[in-house]
Amino acid sequence: MMDFLQAVQQYEFLQKALFTSVVVGIICGVIGSFIILRGMSLMGDAISHAVLPGVALSYAFGINFFIGAVATGVLTAVGIGFVSQNSRIKNDTAIGILFTSAFALGIILVTMLKSSTDLYHILFGNVLAVRPSDMWTTVGIGVVVLITVYAFYKELLLTSFDPTIAAAYGLPNKLIHYLLMTLLTLVTVASLQTVGIILVVAMLITPAATAYLLTDRLWVMLCLAGLFGMMSSIVGLYFSFTYNLASGATIVMVATAFFMLAFLFSRKHGIVWKSVRARQKRAQLS
Amino acid sequence: MEKAITVKELHVSYHGNEAVRDVSFSIEQGSMVGIIGPNGAGKSTLIKALLGLLPKDKGSVRFFGKDPEDMRKKIAYVPQRSNIDWTFPITVMDTVLIGTYPSLGLFKFPRKKEKALALECLRKVGLEDYRDRQIGELSGGQQQRVFLARALVQQPELLLLDEPFVGIDVASEETIVNILKELQQDGKTIVVVHHDLSKAKDYFDQLLLLNKELVKYGDVEAVLNQEVMSKAYANQLRFLQEAEVAL
Repeated sequence: MMDFLQAVQQYEFLQKALFTSVVVGIICGVIGSFIILRGMSLMGDAISHAVLPGVALSYAFGINFFIGAVATGVLTAVGIGFVSQNSRIKNDTAIGILFTSAFALGIILVTMLKSSTDLYHILFGNVLAVRPSDMWTTVGIGVVVLITVYAFYKELLLTSFDPTIAAAYGLPNKLIHYLLMTLLTLVTVASLQTVGIILVVAMLITPAATAYLLTDRLWVMLCLAGLFGMMSSIVGLYFSFTYNLASGATIVMVATAFFMLAFLFSRKHGIVWKSVRARQKRAQLS
Repeated sequence: MEKAITVKELHVSYHGNEAVRDVSFSIEQGSMVGIIGPNGAGKSTLIKALLGLLPKDKGSVRFFGKDPEDMRKKIAYVPQRSNIDWTFPITVMDTVLIGTYPSLGLFKFPRKKEKALALECLRKVGLEDYRDRQIGELSGGQQQRVFLARALVQQPELLLLDEPFVGIDVASEETIVNILKELQQDGKTIVVVHHDLSKAKDYFDQLLLLNKELVKYGDVEAVLNQEVMSKAYANQLRFLQEAEVAL
């Protein structure tokens, strides 16, 4: 433990890695909460894969990868909506078709362009190689995401909980959906370096699901999800550094460990307390 | 005085099928109107079209002589209870506070004044002790009372309720009816989609009998007459018998 702390003090790359993954952990938890409450976990997976062609093209044209990633991410979200609303194809199928094709296109582009993009690093993340510019991009995204969620908290709550009433109040459900998709894309892009495309969905849904088992208040859930995301990043990075393990995978495993604890021991929804309560009830009645 | 609702030549289709055909009527302020009709008669569709939740094929809707868009704040809607995620992390109190959103507008959050109002409305429906419960932990009747409280917080001039008494207990139904009657006495207008004819006579002043087209709109006795009813319910005999019992 001391080694890790010393190393953090000593090495700038580790400070940047830690700081970046903490920011990513927080914003993933917050946006992930809305994603799971709206039953869109698969959409999170889809968007994360759909940014690949954008990243590849950005490198090829020498622009910030963030611009291309947002473009293809949002485009895929719109495409999924279009296909599922204008045909008999169900939403999950539309997601499956569009995200795999975007991902496949991305792989072809990466190999074709032989760009400086290292496919392996995009897919699996490499938090220890975070550059200052990446770190500031992540911080910028984090600020934008948190301010937007705070500003539109009421609207996000209502459109997630009761879309019918939201529409009766004159809220634009579709616009808010695409706003959330844009935020989701931003968060995904920010997460590329810490956990990589393949595992982003875990950072989105696992800390949020953990929080969901622990509270009945949305704002508490958002805070807890951010907290679990942050803790997963810190603890994961510690294990990654100490035992020389892949950083993204370690972070995800820590997040899963938190989830398992909540799943077992949450006071209201944990299976242990539930069975204890059931047993007490039976004992009372016999 | 302006009519609470004025509908002219309204046509609405639902999933490509004609659901409401050439309906025109107007509802006086301060009245309590039941919308009745057989299954698939377009009752819910009509309400949703009034609120702008479904696109109109043709026709116009005015609330208090104005465009519905301009009246949203003053119109409360209690939809059927089915379209909600009952495991959502929200308490009873926070659900009722949603009713303050239209008047708060963007970037503002409920404060003391709004919370006091929400609590008062919860008290009216008899659920103040449940304010910290998660919404899914309540019974069907209690949930419906919560949604009525949310509508009350809006301090509406017009209330539209879609099958509010389906699947709820007798006590909750009684509470809801009493509150609606109180609101009516305060001059509010109340429109209820309803399918239990046996109580229609006790609850409403006027009935609007719908079967895609408007079959009859008028005082309860005039609508609940055999000839009128058999026109709408030709294919639903059991329902017709209920109506006879009601008379």
